[in-house]
Amino acid sequence: MPLAPAVTDLEQLKDRPVLAALLAWNAKAILGAKFDHDELSIYIARESIREACTQLKAQGLAEFLSDLTCADFYPRQPRFEMAYHLLSIKRKDRVRLKVKLEGDDASLESITPVWPSANFFEREVFDLFGVRFLGHPYLRRIMMPEDWQGHPLRKDYPVEGYR
Amino acid sequence: MGHLNANPVLDVASDKTMILNMGPQHPSTHGVLRLLLEIDGEAVVRMMPDIGFLHTGIEKTCEAKFYQQVVPLTDRIDYLCPMVNNLCYVLAVEKLLGLEIPPRAQWIRVMLAELQRISSHLVWLGTHAMDIGAMSVFLYCFREREDLLRIYEMVSGQRMMTSYFRIGGLALDPPLGFFDKVKKFLDIFPEKVDEYENLLTGNRIFIDRLKDVAHISAEDGLAIGLTGPSLRASGIDFDIRRDMPYSSYEKFKFKVPVAKDGDVWARYVCRVQELRESREIAKQALEGLPEGPTKADAPKVVLPDREKMKTQMEALIYHFKIVTEGFTVPAGEVYQAIESPRGEMGYYIVSDGTAKPMRVHMRSPSYANLQALPMMCEGRLIADVVAAIGSIDIVLGEIDR
Repeated sequence: MPLAPAVTDLEQLKDRPVLAALLAWNAKAILGAKFDHDELSIYIARESIREACTQLKAQGLAEFLSDLTCADFYPRQPRFEMAYHLLSIKRKDRVRLKVKLEGDDASLESITPVWPSANFFEREVFDLFGVRFLGHPYLRRIMMPEDWQGHPLRKDYPVEGYR
Repeated sequence: MGHLNANPVLDVASDKTMILNMGPQHPSTHGVLRLLLEIDGEAVVRMMPDIGFLHTGIEKTCEAKFYQQVVPLTDRIDYLCPMVNNLCYVLAVEKLLGLEIPPRAQWIRVMLAELQRISSHLVWLGTHAMDIGAMSVFLYCFREREDLLRIYEMVSGQRMMTSYFRIGGLALDPPLGFFDKVKKFLDIFPEKVDEYENLLTGNRIFIDRLKDVAHISAEDGLAIGLTGPSLRASGIDFDIRRDMPYSSYEKFKFKVPVAKDGDVWARYVCRVQELRESREIAKQALEGLPEGPTKADAPKVVLPDREKMKTQMEALIYHFKIVTEGFTVPAGEVYQAIESPRGEMGYYIVSDGTAKPMRVHMRSPSYANLQALPMMCEGRLIADVVAAIGSIDIVLGEIDR
């Protein structure tokens, strides 16, 4: 099967239920959208992520948080891209919410109040990328030892570690 | 890791409770899991899991390898079902590449993935029963698992770290006599499940230890990230194999066991029924196995057959190129989720258009399922903690990664 080109035009994608619901809620918080490899990604403004999740959960468009993670695009700025993979069991559909973060102020609101399952995932991102989650109940390192220096999954951290 | 001291938990003023460390060397924590229990007499007031003792930085290592070199690393995530991990990773990369996989390879993948589910559930059943005190079940389960390990060895040369599924198909066509061996195993297996059930399902002691223990409701399960048989035991009828099929699962007929109670017993019943259903799927895959190639027709991605490499110049060049400089994958990102024996296993891969992945994230089911453990155990007796750990079937290799 040949690869279809990615669709990035908001106009073409606005019929999709999740995007339509988010646009109806607050069009200013939607910075863009992308449909690629049969997967829908929606870029959300940093300060709106918790409300966007609350909205989707309240409207029954996504009842489950599958995964929460981050990718580092260093040296590009904004370097971090958070990815929230939401699943709707009812509609059998997935959607990815994305938030771009600047390297010098990598922080955003925690979504643990919306989905308690985000707790461990956010701690992992904090530990390995150094992204801070505001309002998280227990933001401590989870994989690395407490006194570890640096955040290993950042691109400017060597694969072999510091010796 | 290792940072949880008693202070954040201990209520010094009241002096009513005490702290108990369970693990990381406790045999019934199924690996190096440390649980910090705040107990009031025999009752667990609070529980905090402490993980990270097995952290190896596999996600970081993946970023320094070519795409095809990541496959052996995925074996080591969940070492009880390496082929399921291989499958999830190769499906994600194939999605990025837009590769079409021949039906024979898909059927063999389904068959082996279901056999892996059986062998993984056998380890769960054996260790879970042993935690409760039924020693002999463990020996019976490992007897059948041994047969399965021999099957994996026959097909891939390895008992555990198989790396048999490759990007674009399978490493090799299965050897002669392989399908007979699988058939023989599938024929005797239902009797063996009857044998385990004979020992456990009607056993008064076993029932008393499992029924109405470590209860979790469907809403709580969804909120805390529970997936797989553990969630289905709470009444959510969702299985990725059936509802969002991958690798031709839509062509197989099978039931998804669901229970309502959400206790340890319900999770036990669901998994034992899954043993039988997995056998059905593997049987269908074996009987309906199509003929044809086991590798996709993509010479720039798939390593050529050994014979071709020795006789054709082109094949030799492609082989040299793939091995020395890898193959490039178009820039983009995918999230591929499959149903592992423990729940939703997902691979999130970001490609920047080079021959090495920019980011590989594994959404491991055990990691999320572990969060449900405090919810199940708080307010219950300390002896139930052991039953609860067994019932969520965690593998520490994929929790710590």
